[in-house]
Amino acid sequence: MKLLIILVIVLAIIAIVQLTKVYEFTRALRKSKEEEISPADNKLNANLMVMWMLTFFIGTLYLYGRYGDYLPEPASEHGKDVDWLMSVNIWMITVMFFIMNAMLFLVAWKYQYKKDRKARFFAHDNRLEMVWTLIPGVAMAFIIVFGLITWNKITGPASKDALQVELYSKQFGWIARYPGADGEFGAANYNLISTKNEMGLVSKELIAGKIEELDADIDALKKQLEENAKLPVMPESYVETLEDKIYRLERHKQRILDLGEFKEPSGKSNWETGADDNIVKGEMHIPVGKEVEFVFRSQDVIHSAYMPHFRAQMNTVPGVPTRFKMTPTITTKEMRGKLGDDKFDYVLLCNKVCGNAHFNMQMKIVVESQEEYLAWMEKQKTFAGEPATEAAPAEGTEAPADTTKNAMMPAAQASVKTTR
Amino acid sequence: MGNAEHTAHDHSHDHGHAHHHEESWVSKYIFSQDHKMISKQFLITAIFMGVIAVLLSIFFRLQLGWPGEKFQILNFFLGDKWAPDGLLDKNAYLAMVTIHGTIMVFFVLTGGLSGTFANLLIPLQVGARDMASGFLNMLSYWAFLISSIIMVASLFVEGGAASGGWTIYPPLSALPQAMPGSGTGMTLWLISMVFFIASSLLGGLNYIVTIINLRTKGMKMTRLPLTMWALFVTAILGVLSFPVLVSAAVLLLMDRSFGTAFYLSDIFIQGEALDVTGGSPLLFQHLFWFLGHPEVYIVLLPALGISSEVISTNSRKPIFGYKAMVGSILAIGFLSFIVWGHHMYVTGMNPFLGSVFVFTTLLIAIPSAVKAFNYITTLYQGNIRFTPAMLFSIGLVSTFVTGGLTGIVLADSALDVNVHDTYFVVAHFHIVMGMSAIFGMLGGIYHWFPKMYGRMMNTKLGYVHFWFTLVCGFGVFFPMHFTGMAGATRRYYAYSESPFLELVMDFNTIISGFAVVGGAAQLLFLFNFFHSMKYGQVATQNPWGSNTLEWTTPVKHMHGNWPGAIPEVHRWAYDYSNPDHEEDFVPQVVPMKPGEQAH
Repeated sequence: MKLLIILVIVLAIIAIVQLTKVYEFTRALRKSKEEEISPADNKLNANLMVMWMLTFFIGTLYLYGRYGDYLPEPASEHGKDVDWLMSVNIWMITVMFFIMNAMLFLVAWKYQYKKDRKARFFAHDNRLEMVWTLIPGVAMAFIIVFGLITWNKITGPASKDALQVELYSKQFGWIARYPGADGEFGAANYNLISTKNEMGLVSKELIAGKIEELDADIDALKKQLEENAKLPVMPESYVETLEDKIYRLERHKQRILDLGEFKEPSGKSNWETGADDNIVKGEMHIPVGKEVEFVFRSQDVIHSAYMPHFRAQMNTVPGVPTRFKMTPTITTKEMRGKLGDDKFDYVLLCNKVCGNAHFNMQMKIVVESQEEYLAWMEKQKTFAGEPATEAAPAEGTEAPADTTKNAMMPAAQASVKTTR
Repeated sequence: MGNAEHTAHDHSHDHGHAHHHEESWVSKYIFSQDHKMISKQFLITAIFMGVIAVLLSIFFRLQLGWPGEKFQILNFFLGDKWAPDGLLDKNAYLAMVTIHGTIMVFFVLTGGLSGTFANLLIPLQVGARDMASGFLNMLSYWAFLISSIIMVASLFVEGGAASGGWTIYPPLSALPQAMPGSGTGMTLWLISMVFFIASSLLGGLNYIVTIINLRTKGMKMTRLPLTMWALFVTAILGVLSFPVLVSAAVLLLMDRSFGTAFYLSDIFIQGEALDVTGGSPLLFQHLFWFLGHPEVYIVLLPALGISSEVISTNSRKPIFGYKAMVGSILAIGFLSFIVWGHHMYVTGMNPFLGSVFVFTTLLIAIPSAVKAFNYITTLYQGNIRFTPAMLFSIGLVSTFVTGGLTGIVLADSALDVNVHDTYFVVAHFHIVMGMSAIFGMLGGIYHWFPKMYGRMMNTKLGYVHFWFTLVCGFGVFFPMHFTGMAGATRRYYAYSESPFLELVMDFNTIISGFAVVGGAAQLLFLFNFFHSMKYGQVATQNPWGSNTLEWTTPVKHMHGNWPGAIPEVHRWAYDYSNPDHEEDFVPQVVPMKPGEQAH
């Protein structure tokens, strides 16, 4: 196989060499020079310009016709504005695309070299230049104004009763968290992350557990160090590695001990509000027609939460919480009907390169009616392990519905938008 | 150096300036301080790097076009580790994408384009014996070569080359645990860039000083050819913005190696909570794009300068609106420093700041439109000769317009939300920056090849090369607008996991087909280039009937460029088809006739 590849390449090169020799030979016979472009060549290239232009334009029209709106209609409120603005922009640039390219290629064709013509000495024309400074200027002014109006709508503050959902990214998957009955996320800190606590939620128990775990690790390492010290040969680098590990674990422990506790507006400790949080993987459900405010966090590197059907995207940045709000308008079921595709699902994709499995880091999004959503939520367990009796509150800031539940598990997990 | 046995350099040297010494082979071809030789060194190195970058792109296009299929050719080039059985490895895919971008943006289109044409043309077109400092110029090339070697070497290290995309966003690039490519490969990437930036700064300072101080008598700034203006502003952009990238790279090196946390905060990775708090990954993005956006124009402006020259010469018409062209180069140069945030609309940056960047970014459309209209008006009522260089320059106007227009969509933050990091972006910048700059570079090579090597390139092969490149270039990048609008995300190894992107798979096969053919078409160019160097038709002094000063130098290269005194300049560079003159071109050295109006 390798031989075949090499053979083909070699043959191709020989063919080009031979052709060039023939060409150069005939050129020498004709006594033409490379820099003198023959009338036939000029004509050929001029005609090719027009042919290319036509191909290009027809191709473009075909692509617009066939794939212009391949992505289904927007399934979110702001998505409609975005799509409207996009079509205005696309129309405008497409018209300009045709005009400019047509002018370019047709002018090139029309003014191809003629022996008896002299080009017109036409060096500048202030009025003309003013025109094509002003036209794009005015066009840009429109684009800027309309663009910023939409941008402000998209990025404006979320309404108070918006459902809050935290989207947490890590190599390579998404986790969603709902604030539970009290409407408040429990505090989270990356130092507490473990296999059992993937999002690093904070509670007294979890802190105690993590410290215990760290202490055990430190003890094990120290023991290893002592035992090895008895051995006759002990490489220094090995000792250093172990000591370094111990040092880092102790720093880790200290960082956990430094975690602060504070009172939420509701009067509860931020270490307690996480008990009723619902953590879901694999698929995220959101109710139709209700504003959702996503809060994004990342565990390791930058990812990007991209939901093309909702025209929504926001990066998730470790250490820097980000937000994006939207109101879904079409349920998954309705969209399946519209598309005639029973298997259609909304997706959340990762859109910032994050490692080798970047391409399949995704999560299903289910948009459903408020009732279906509540029914689904009821089946979910809270972080503390209880079934979620009360889903996200109808009016977000209204007091938590069930305070006794929290009292029943005092040291459950905690909460706040995104605590460090 | 001094008295070796060669004979190649024995042409007449006795003309009153200080370049009498004979040179050894080493000082002539290797450690040369002559700007023309340095220019050729840059070009050959860039072509070599370009071949690697194109090969890498074909490798990953094979995977994208026919996902999961096995290609023995991949195994042949990449070996069992990266392409076991001919199936591209996922990490290798990301490494290819990253190094393709890095080489193309920095090594081919910055080092290659500016390095080649600034070195060749600046002394020749302003009328100088050489660059202000030949020694710095030599250092600039050697730093470039070292950085190229390190970058290529990084492909062969354990773990593979840097794989986080050419923008190397931390934390991905900062943490060796995050991906194999963030190990030694990333370190080499950073070291290579430090050398590259040193090269770029040494070169840039030299270009600026030469253009300001070494212009010949009569060469006012307002008589400079547009190539000079473009290269001048490019050099200023580079000198002002590259140091910021050095600082970004050094901080990243420190985060990687010395435990600092400039860009890192609250990270848990591979089972360990890292001891980092308080840094911000966004800081890196600000620093990176503060260079990164001017970089786009560092790549583009020289190409626009070259095409201005080529289009005017071959239309036999003065460039339309010389002052407006200079003004728009300056305006683009200035604006390019205050638009970097448009790369960051969806990073969580303050939305108000986003609005400001929308405004400044869209302003760039105005000078760009002026340039496009002026090109077309220059062609209008001309007498166009389709040399290969002219074809590439006309192609450049088409790609500049076509790719530039989609920039309007991306500049609009509200629209960017949905197409950010999709193939729409890939389409946009490959057409407006990649194709335009490559077309400018190829056009420049066809146009100035006689000046570089004293021989002509084969015109017919040039035609075939151009038409294949144009059709395949658009064939590759134009459909990407549509996959991007359909939601196809960037840097995906495969789309099999996303059923809603079925169309992307059909498109990808076609796109990859065009990529393979287009890549193969470049063999024509390579052959033409190297063959003509040795066997091409011997060039005359001024083959294109051009006005600028470089065509008044002898065909055979010599130190100091002109035998005898440097010619004096009497007029601007664009007196083509001037009705006051018989010939359809009037070189800059021709004195004004009595009563003739200057333009």
